[in-house]
Amino acid sequence: MIHLPVLKAADRKFKADPDNAPTTDLRDEIFQLEKEGEWEVIRVPEPYMELPTKYGRMKKIPLEKTWHHKSCGQCGHIPGYSTSIFWLNRAFDLDYHDPTDQTSCTAWNYYASATSNPEAQAAVAIRNFAAAHEVGYFPLIHCGTSFGHYKEVRHALVHQPELRRKVKKIMERLGKKLVIPEEIVHYSEWVLAMKDRIAERQEIDMSNITATVHPACHYHKLIEEDAIYDSEIYGAQRTAIVTGTLKALGINVGDYSTWFDCCGFGFRHILVSRDFSRSFSVQRKIEVMIEEVNPDITVTHDTGCVTTLDQSQFAGKAHNKKVGLPVMADSQVAALAMGAHPYKVLQLHWHNTDNKAFLEKLGIDWQQKWKEFEQEVGKIKSGEKEFMTWEDAES
Amino acid sequence: MALDLSMNKHADVSYDEKERLFDEVKADERWHHVLYGCYECGICVASCPSARFYDFSPRVIAQAVAREDVDLIYTLMSDSIWDCSQCFSCDRCPRHNSPGQIITIMREVAVKNGLQTAKEALEGYGRIIYKIMATGSQVSPDMLQPDAFPDWGPHVHEISDNLEDWRKALPPETMHTTETGWTVDSKTIIELYLIWHMTGVMELIEGIDEGLYMILVDVMEERLEEAGYDDITFD
Ligand code: SF4
Ligand code: SF4
Repeated sequence: MIHLPVLKAADRKFKADPDNAPTTDLRDEIFQLEKEGEWEVIRVPEPYMELPTKYGRMKKIPLEKTWHHKSCGQCGHIPGYSTSIFWLNRAFDLDYHDPTDQTSCTAWNYYASATSNPEAQAAVAIRNFAAAHEVGYFPLIHCGTSFGHYKEVRHALVHQPELRRKVKKIMERLGKKLVIPEEIVHYSEWVLAMKDRIAERQEIDMSNITATVHPACHYHKLIEEDAIYDSEIYGAQRTAIVTGTLKALGINVGDYSTWFDCCGFGFRHILVSRDFSRSFSVQRKIEVMIEEVNPDITVTHDTGCVTTLDQSQFAGKAHNKKVGLPVMADSQVAALAMGAHPYKVLQLHWHNTDNKAFLEKLGIDWQQKWKEFEQEVGKIKSGEKEFMTWEDAES
Repeated sequence: MALDLSMNKHADVSYDEKERLFDEVKADERWHHVLYGCYECGICVASCPSARFYDFSPRVIAQAVAREDVDLIYTLMSDSIWDCSQCFSCDRCPRHNSPGQIITIMREVAVKNGLQTAKEALEGYGRIIYKIMATGSQVSPDMLQPDAFPDWGPHVHEISDNLEDWRKALPPETMHTTETGWTVDSKTIIELYLIWHMTGVMELIEGIDEGLYMILVDVMEERLEEAGYDDITFD
């Protein structure tokens, strides 16, 4: 009998080797172009943490001096998503900036309707980067699509001198410099970099929770080499994002067969062909998660994914589909673990699918918490207060 | 209904016109990084969400452009391309093609040339284009209206009924807005208008939705004038 040296799957170890990566390191080209006077590179400020990417290169993740490139879909429709990111920064007393000199990225327009062109897209991105640099902060991108799109824009600017020339001219007219960040960083990478510090400050035990993770397509499929991978998570065969954070919080992460599938957002579809978004989201994601894992929650890290997975379940219920799975962002789960208020900070009343059973399983008295939130709203309604402040939310 | 891929579907459009549009697709800077030939392996189809729900196939798109089948490309450009969800799951292609990116370029050419099918595909989409172009924030809280999202249930009613108060009950000061996702500085919006002006994107809007174009021009020219840019017009 011939014995072939075949390793069992469990014994196989994948080791990424940056020297044998199939792509060049874009950062080398970015710094070379700076030497040639093409632009100024915005360096990742200290302190930063280095995390490994798909091919084993290290990516610098800034911990402080972050300029929060907000997501319009998060701020507009699921505002507790962004609020939780800010709350985490405040809880660790980190220096961050929440700008008003910021626009949306136009990627939604681009992917949905094509009513833009490469110069306009690049100019919008660079205008935002320049605004961050002018006030001495480093851009941290909240939206998965903005993140993917900006990586594509940076890639195009490196490889297309004519595009650089055009954008430089536009920036001159705006009185701005042509700048480019050394790294394009997504907030969920920041959460992952902070995971041990978050776990140290954890107030709510989450070891009885099982979650599924949905990775955002535009995070790990666009310029895939830039996504975070970790040999401890899925053997570095899939991105470690979100899963790494949840595991650090003691959450059991269950696997399911349609992990790689998108959420069904579709850009154009979520607005004008929502039958597709609803069907895909419920049938290919939520039902599969429930059938194969039966989790307490599903956690993701992008605007469109939270929206589609959460909102689509209402129609699924009417069709007797297996639904009823709470959906949250990693920032919300991390903030909750550290004791953030489910309504004043996580703003869970903006979510659609019922999440009360999940809160109860964590021992949180949601009725009391809702009462506390309503008291704040009452003060606003009566004119006693104009707004709820951070101090109110943190009390 | 099955997608009619026969070359006669658009017999009313001349071969030269179809070829001109395809030449425009090929002239795009991204073209050389999105197509390297096609094995017909179907890996892209297996990971494609739109292929599960529509009569749509990224493999057919890659094959049509690789074979330069101008008639078929025109048929796809008039229909299929708008089914794509732009998720880029098809970037798994073993030949390093990106059917999703091929589609992005085809969509841009369809919009630039004001194809009737592009206008139809984008019907009802004007509001979201207006928001980003005019206000600097693409999605806004006041879009959460029950008539826009009936399939999201009574929860949307609850939000729209409480919108003003619930926005004020958000701790970040920048997020008390209802018409934009956050407070956007006037100076920032003016800079955005200057970008639209210098890059010619308003021409794209004009080709696709003239009514929307006129509204946008009115809003932008007025604000630009107030900011001292009275020499700037979008004509
Ligand atoms: S980008 Fe389009 S063609 Fe590619 S997998 Fe996604 S939906 Fe399918
Ligand atoms: S995965 Fe690539 S090679 Fe295979 S059918 Fe699709 S485009 Fe062709």
